[in-house]
Amino acid sequence: MDIQRETEALSKVPLFSKLEQSKLKLLAFTSELQTYEKGEVVFNEGEAADCTFVVLDGEADIYAKTKTDGGQMIVGTLKANQLLGELGVLTSSPRSATIRARGRLMMLRISGDMFLKLLAENPPVALDVMRQLSGKLVLAHHQYEELQDKLQQAGGA
Amino acid sequence: MESSIFRFVLKHSRREQILLLIFAFLAFPFLYLSLDLPKTIINKAIGGRDFPQAIFGFDFEQIPFLMLLCGMFLALVFINGGFKYFINVYRGVVGERMLRRLRYQLFGRVLRFPLPHFRKTSQGEIVSMITAETEPLGGFIGDSIALPAFQGGTLLTILIFMFIQEPILGLAAISLYPIQTYVIPKLQRRVNLLRKERIIAVRKLSERIGEVVTGIREVHAHDTSQYELADFSERVGVIYRLRYRAYVLKFLIKFINNFLAQITPFFFYSIGGYLVINGELSFGALVAVLAAYKDLSDPWKELLNYYQLKEDARIKYDLLVETFQPAGMLAEETLSGVDAGDRPLLGELVAANVDLSEEDEGDGVFAGNLSMRVPLPQSVALLGGHGSGKERFATILTGISKPSTGSVTINGVDVAQAPESVTGRRTSYVGQESSLRSGTVRENLYYCLRHCPVMPQHYDDEQRPAVEKKHRDSRLAGNSEADLNAEWIDYAAIGVDDPAGLTERALEVLAIAEMDADIYQFGLQGTLDPESNPELAARILKARDYLKLRLMDPEIGSLVELFDRDKYNDNMSVAENLMFGTPRDESLQADKLADNAYMRRVLQETALIEPFLGIGRQIATVMVDLFADVEPDSSLFEQFSFISADDLPEFKSLLVRTADGDLERLEESDRRMLLTLPFKLIPARHRLGLVTDDLKRRLLEARRVFARGFDDGPPRVDFFDAEGYSESISIQDNILFGRLAYGKPRAAATIGKLIEEVVDKLDLQRSIMELGLEFSIGIGGARLSAAQRQKLAIARSVLKRPDVLVLDEATAILDGPSQTAVMRKLFEEFKGRALIWLVHRASLGKDFDHTVIMERGKFLEQGPFSELDRPGSVLNELVSTG
Repeated sequence: MDIQRETEALSKVPLFSKLEQSKLKLLAFTSELQTYEKGEVVFNEGEAADCTFVVLDGEADIYAKTKTDGGQMIVGTLKANQLLGELGVLTSSPRSATIRARGRLMMLRISGDMFLKLLAENPPVALDVMRQLSGKLVLAHHQYEELQDKLQQAGGA
Repeated sequence: MESSIFRFVLKHSRREQILLLIFAFLAFPFLYLSLDLPKTIINKAIGGRDFPQAIFGFDFEQIPFLMLLCGMFLALVFINGGFKYFINVYRGVVGERMLRRLRYQLFGRVLRFPLPHFRKTSQGEIVSMITAETEPLGGFIGDSIALPAFQGGTLLTILIFMFIQEPILGLAAISLYPIQTYVIPKLQRRVNLLRKERIIAVRKLSERIGEVVTGIREVHAHDTSQYELADFSERVGVIYRLRYRAYVLKFLIKFINNFLAQITPFFFYSIGGYLVINGELSFGALVAVLAAYKDLSDPWKELLNYYQLKEDARIKYDLLVETFQPAGMLAEETLSGVDAGDRPLLGELVAANVDLSEEDEGDGVFAGNLSMRVPLPQSVALLGGHGSGKERFATILTGISKPSTGSVTINGVDVAQAPESVTGRRTSYVGQESSLRSGTVRENLYYCLRHCPVMPQHYDDEQRPAVEKKHRDSRLAGNSEADLNAEWIDYAAIGVDDPAGLTERALEVLAIAEMDADIYQFGLQGTLDPESNPELAARILKARDYLKLRLMDPEIGSLVELFDRDKYNDNMSVAENLMFGTPRDESLQADKLADNAYMRRVLQETALIEPFLGIGRQIATVMVDLFADVEPDSSLFEQFSFISADDLPEFKSLLVRTADGDLERLEESDRRMLLTLPFKLIPARHRLGLVTDDLKRRLLEARRVFARGFDDGPPRVDFFDAEGYSESISIQDNILFGRLAYGKPRAAATIGKLIEEVVDKLDLQRSIMELGLEFSIGIGGARLSAAQRQKLAIARSVLKRPDVLVLDEATAILDGPSQTAVMRKLFEEFKGRALIWLVHRASLGKDFDHTVIMERGKFLEQGPFSELDRPGSVLNELVSTG
């Protein structure tokens, strides 16, 4: 992989689609290209969040702890051009889930500082991040309401 | 300390001063003769009539007589010069010796300052006082008695000479002295006041500089550098104005003096001339008086100068004495270093009516006095909220601070009264932050064992005279004569036999403080001189072979790219690939390579100049493209850019100039700019796709040419040698003999573990740890993390083998598991001795034998944790509140 191809890959990330070419290139250049083998952990739940990742090639599974027995279950899968880990960086909170490579996985590691700088200097990108996060929030709220309903039904029955 | 500088001088250098005086007075007859001789020469030899003259039974004609007198004159010049030389040298010696004594006394007093005094006196002030302020005193002390005596004597001699020649001329010479002696002291008094103010202003300035240096982070964090500059400007401005006013006055004094001195000859010419014309005075006498008067102005000037110096020194000394005599100084005996008995502190702790108020807070802060009896030795958790006074109690227990009232005894020994040779050896204290000294880990560990010399160093006959002279000099200056090279460590006292045993023990205590892993890492990152320890170097090479076998496994092997003379290494920079070793020559450092003639020749020889220029231009294009919009002070430049923000515009214009791609006719400066860039390229990291396979082949060829060298061989480079140990890279790099691959997140951890495995297998652990002890920790331990510093402080307190170890939340900065581990190991280590721990969380108390609870400077209750922990008890509340 070279910088040119990474830049192309970054431009396909919805979040970065509005960025100028030169900014994308700088982002690619200042990021680290990482390779993970199957099963390797990208980060663990509870670890400090100091960076975000963009999946360039391959897939990664998202694991969450189950409350009851402390085991883990897959709650989602990340595919190429998806961004991950941005929540932790934005809120300076620990990682909320564990990420593992499903097969051979290529990621671009963007440092937290760089990511925040990017948002600060590019309002459209920041707005996009807000939109996406709001979307996630709305989704979570819906799920919460659905669960609430189900609980009530179960309780009422 | 002596109350005035003259007392200090008389007390410590009376003999030397008397000697100086004797010499000064011995010189006078010769001085008088040298004044008198010219008259004889003129009147008797040149103007004389009755020849031959008989001297010592010999007859002299006029010319030989003249020559004889001139010869005598010459001899007197030599004798006078000799006296001056000897007196000057001896005066210098006396001054320096006294300066040394003064500094030693001041520093000795700093060590005896009561601790609270350091809250009022800053480090910067103390430094400037002991170094800068004392400096001029040394010069003055040598002069203090001899100079006024000598110059005064000279003055007197000359005046006597004048009076003998002609009393009226003598009177003329001193006619203006009364005016001078009246005016000058008046002016001087004003200068003195300005000086005093200036000294205090300079002290404040040193204090401020010290504060800024220690708090430099705050300056940057709050963007206050402009404020600091303004503040500094204000302060030096005040000093400038004080100095300026003092100068004006000082030179006014000089002016008055010179002016009056130049008026005096008026009297000579008028009165003297009148007398000569009337035949009442010989012409020779007038010439001699005039010559003598010229000589008179010198000692007079010197005396005046001396007067000003004396005033200056007096003020400086008074100010120093004032500052170095705080109330509550420790008695000298407390620090004398003499071992005061060997009664161990293994017994009951009794505190009776101890006032725990801070020393400078006065009384009344803690209404109550502390009285309690705690059975020792055992492990004790000391609990108490904020304001309980437990921290102060901990320092009193270990003799660091003294209670204003009451007594604390352990096994019957009053620790508040005991000298530090008892408290400093039988107890130990570690606070939340410990200060370390620059030096190695080992030196810092052993620091706490150096109480006093226990065995003199043996010197051979060749060294002995120098050593003895050194000691004599120390004695004459009233300094410590203890030999720094002597053995200061009492091995038996800490239960080991010899240095090797101590090393063993040092590693043990480091393990107790959970610092063994850090020391191991220091060792791995350290370097080894293979000649000093060929056996270890050989074993490290064996480890390299062993690791190489393990790296055959493709899964692990992909994490490292090994050094291979015949292969291009993608994880090294182009420069490293070319040199394939570590340069020992400054001119081969990465940023200077483009200027290095040898490197240029290698590139020339292998036809790489053109490709390098091309790649350089491509890199410049990328960098200009990437970084054009980045603010110049962004950290991105430093972290990522090949070109600094300052140089970017130049490269931009260079790119425009070479837009046609023609790089052949470039000027040398442009070529150099472009050539610097490719060297920094690390293909695996930078991913610019510029290092093609073809280029790699040619770089390998260049590597061979570089190593082979031309007529006078290759430059000084430690080449990576697959078969040999390389001195200039770390032990870890010698074992690994390669680079970790970029972009493999688990490489560092996996390979680290693998190296550890190999080290274990080959029993290298111990040797590497010993090298780790030589790790240099930086100023105040700056190269260690805060946790490492604390662990080192704990380790050395354990090494001292105290009867009582007091820890004031000493492990608070460590992570959870380390805290628990250190605690567990310390319990084990201190079985049969006392471990008193001020714990920050009451719940930690349950692991201790005994718990003591304090509140507002008073004892509350004590007992085993389980007994105290009942519903509604004080302990219960402390536990639940955190």
